[in-house]
Amino acid sequence: MEIFGVPLQAFLGQIILGLVNGAFYAVLSLGLAIIFGLLRIVNFAHGAFFMTGAFVAFILGRHLNLGYWSSLLAVPVVVGLFGVLFERLFLRRIYGLDPIYGLLLTFGLVLVIEGGFRVAFGSSGHPFPTPPELRGVWDLGFMILPVYRAFVIGVAVVVCLATWFIIEKTRVGAYLRAATERPDLTRAFGINVPLLLTLTYGSGVGLAAFAGVLAAPIQHVYPSMGSDLVIIVFAIVVIGGLGSIMGSAVTGLGLGVIEGLTKVYYSQASATVVFLVMALVLLLRPAGLFGREET
Amino acid sequence: MLVLLKSSLMIAVVAALLAVPFVPHLIYPVFVMKVMCFALFACAYNLLLGHTGIVSFGHAAFFGTAAYVTGYAMRDLGLPPEIGIAAGIICSAALGAAIGTLAIRRQGIYLAMITLALAQLVYFVFLQAEFTGAEDGMQEIPRGVLFGLINLRSDINLFYVVMAFIGAGLWLVYRIVNSPFGEVLRAIREHEPRARSLGYAIEKYKILAFALSAGLSGLAGSLKCIVFQLAALTDVHWHMSGEVILMTLLGGMSTVFGPAIGAILVSALHHYFDALGAWVTIVIGLIFILCVLVFRRGVVGQLHHMLQEQRPTALHAGRLDLKEGQHAQV
Amino acid sequence: MVKSLHISLAASAALAFSALPSIAQVSDDVVRIGVLGDLSGIYSDLSGKGAIEAVKMAAEDFGGTVLGKKIDVVSADHLNKPDVGAAKAREWFDTGGVDLINDLANSGVARAVAGVAKEKKRHVIVNGASNMGITNELCSPYAIHYAYDAYSLAHGTGKAVVEQGGKTWFFLTVDFAFGIGLEQQVSNVVRANKGRVVGAARHPLATTDFSSYILQAQASKAEIIGVASTGADAVNAIKAAVEFGATKNQKLAALLLWIEDVHSLGLPAAQGLLLTNAWYWDMNEDTRKFAKRFFDRVGKMPNMAQAADYSSTMFYLNAVKAAGTDDADKVSAKMRETKVHDMFTKDGHVRADGRFVHDMYLWQVKTPAESKAPWDYLKPVATIPAEQAFQPLSESTCPLVKK
Repeated sequence: MEIFGVPLQAFLGQIILGLVNGAFYAVLSLGLAIIFGLLRIVNFAHGAFFMTGAFVAFILGRHLNLGYWSSLLAVPVVVGLFGVLFERLFLRRIYGLDPIYGLLLTFGLVLVIEGGFRVAFGSSGHPFPTPPELRGVWDLGFMILPVYRAFVIGVAVVVCLATWFIIEKTRVGAYLRAATERPDLTRAFGINVPLLLTLTYGSGVGLAAFAGVLAAPIQHVYPSMGSDLVIIVFAIVVIGGLGSIMGSAVTGLGLGVIEGLTKVYYSQASATVVFLVMALVLLLRPAGLFGREET
Repeated sequence: MLVLLKSSLMIAVVAALLAVPFVPHLIYPVFVMKVMCFALFACAYNLLLGHTGIVSFGHAAFFGTAAYVTGYAMRDLGLPPEIGIAAGIICSAALGAAIGTLAIRRQGIYLAMITLALAQLVYFVFLQAEFTGAEDGMQEIPRGVLFGLINLRSDINLFYVVMAFIGAGLWLVYRIVNSPFGEVLRAIREHEPRARSLGYAIEKYKILAFALSAGLSGLAGSLKCIVFQLAALTDVHWHMSGEVILMTLLGGMSTVFGPAIGAILVSALHHYFDALGAWVTIVIGLIFILCVLVFRRGVVGQLHHMLQEQRPTALHAGRLDLKEGQHAQV
Repeated sequence: MVKSLHISLAASAALAFSALPSIAQVSDDVVRIGVLGDLSGIYSDLSGKGAIEAVKMAAEDFGGTVLGKKIDVVSADHLNKPDVGAAKAREWFDTGGVDLINDLANSGVARAVAGVAKEKKRHVIVNGASNMGITNELCSPYAIHYAYDAYSLAHGTGKAVVEQGGKTWFFLTVDFAFGIGLEQQVSNVVRANKGRVVGAARHPLATTDFSSYILQAQASKAEIIGVASTGADAVNAIKAAVEFGATKNQKLAALLLWIEDVHSLGLPAAQGLLLTNAWYWDMNEDTRKFAKRFFDRVGKMPNMAQAADYSSTMFYLNAVKAAGTDDADKVSAKMRETKVHDMFTKDGHVRADGRFVHDMYLWQVKTPAESKAPWDYLKPVATIPAEQAFQPLSESTCPLVKK
């Protein structure tokens, strides 16, 4: 059986692979969306933090012999703390200005971080071992799926659901939503909004670093691994609707699949299709798929 | 006094530029031509950013389109430079009008993202099109003979021709900013609903601003293509869009010619420190951060601000009240 | 009056623009060699600091002076952008007093700089790029393509694989001139040997996830998956192929793999791969000696382009010495009549189209068990004699070739 001239098996395989990529997009866009929702900052450094996560895991593994599982937990905290520091020292100063300044500030940070890693580690990829527990493959009949990729999809779904739970069902989440809607009023209720902003930025950055550790065994570790990713993830958040947190996670998975299918039919365009979708969505449904109209 | 200072500065700059081709070992003329192209590009970009309050993240599309069109006209069709440049400007302006029409339906970050998305599509077209040579760029573009008289193969002829074109372009930017049309653009930037309520068809103004900015960016791109005899993907890549924002911000987006200073600084940094490799990236990043945090007026904006602060007359006192991040008009 | 003033100004400026090669034996009293490489980008480990050091080593080994004049080495980063590279070359030739530009990793940059060199009548030696244009439509008396090219890669790895029985091919090609050119060359070889190309997937430069292309390659049922990319792209493609079990039923052919790529892949993933390189550090006593000195300075083993940077710089300086001048035409003539015998090649010479012909070698990546030390990665499979390794002169479209 064929779908538009492509064997069904290959078609199914591409959908699954699209989901794996979509899983990264989902976790990354989740962080980006949370940050924009609360801080009104377009965190252009998200891809750089993703790369930093992979590099920190790589460095910890090489010099401290830290295993994959410990890295998966420790790295987001370390990089998240760096994010906290950055927010306290720099981002804080530009709240209330036009969002374009946030974009430019974080764009500068990208150049510094990427340049730094390039000076220290060179530009080519450093291999990162797959954890022994997750080596091997599953034969699904229509394709061979490495266990690690299945693991990535699973983890991404768990992380997205956990984030959703925290935001929708816990007290901290309630504060967060309140502060997003009405920061002045929230402050009047005695909630420490600046602290909330710092923590939010730190968690968003931590999520990016987490995705970086997840990606390391698949992609290798190199300084430019996040640089083109950021505009794609960015586009995903815009398609989902800036500020809509679950919208961006769902869109991330969906666009991973669309990108995968593009690779089957017109692979040259796979890096561009996201922007085509984004242009169409913005023109037809300006607030994004899951966003609310706002000015 | 300020006027006198400005005009004498202008004369000094022109005189210095006229002398450049005679001291190639002191300052390299081709580099100066490149800087002039970027100066025009940045000032043209600022028509949107500084003077209309529109953040475009896709201006590389206009710059690069003109470069490719000019290259195609001159190399593959064998047309003379004046036609090549005109074709480049017309295509860029048309593209600007088209992208502008789509983009201005939204505002702020959304608008920036639409321009980025559309510019990526333009990038894709040039990546795939046969005549562009993809990664290799479009190479060996002849410089040709301008108006059938001036042979541009000579660096010295080319220098003065480029200087004349850039001068005309900058003059046009200045005229636009200080025209009634420019006033309307500023009104839109300051308070769009108010401008609308005054009866201005602001969509038309915005689209025209887009087209003008794109057309002038196109002139810069066409000239750069002739200077280097090459059009490359770099010219349409989104990094170029980021670079022009940096130049504009660094120079001062509240000014007319500030972005030109930004262009000089950024180009010089790339040019004189390229042996440092990745360190240049770090330095540029730090400058970016510094600009956004403490230096939002940019170099020229800051200078102007300081000059004005020394003599706060009644006329200027009102301007000092402007919050940072807003713009004074000079 | 105004007109005559203008003309005299123009004349004096024209004087200022041109260096004065005909008067002095050595222009500007210095022989200056520019290394134009990728110092910060995706290919900086293949070119970069190693290329600069290799050229410096050659200048030092030559004694630091030639014809009593100092040898100066300058370097710049082309950022993998043809426009940046061409601009730098133009400046170096116009005002920097540079006599030779070496390395030139990246096909697009190499093409652009070769064009500038032709116009300015100065030397370029291409070691880091594979583009066939250098010795065909872009050829000039001033350009030498030294280390390898797309033809030699195709006729090394491609031919060997077809002869081993790999008759049906699927290409994973980086969607740029370099990859497409390589794919064409290999396709020619495959067809000439009664093989078949069943498909190709083109991917953007710097793709990180190759899984879906691998899936397409698997669906094609081709015997051979040809990887027409290099550096990080090739590394990621090979890794994905291993991960998805493509190596069980199909074989990989990496068409341009560097020793750094093997290092980056690790032997468990890379073992068994065939690759064509002009040079490997562990060939004989001379190469090991050079490699050790290089390692002490750079911290890694040299690759074939860096060894060629050293060798070609020596070749150029010897030609300057023999010609008694750094005049481009005289040096060019001297280089075309001199044979090279050094640690890079035992027998090499430059043809009329600028191709430096020498033996190429087919290598296989060792298994982890076979590797005895760090950087001990390759074992020799076959020697491709010089006359078969490169495009026959009769096929070159270079106008300098007399037919």
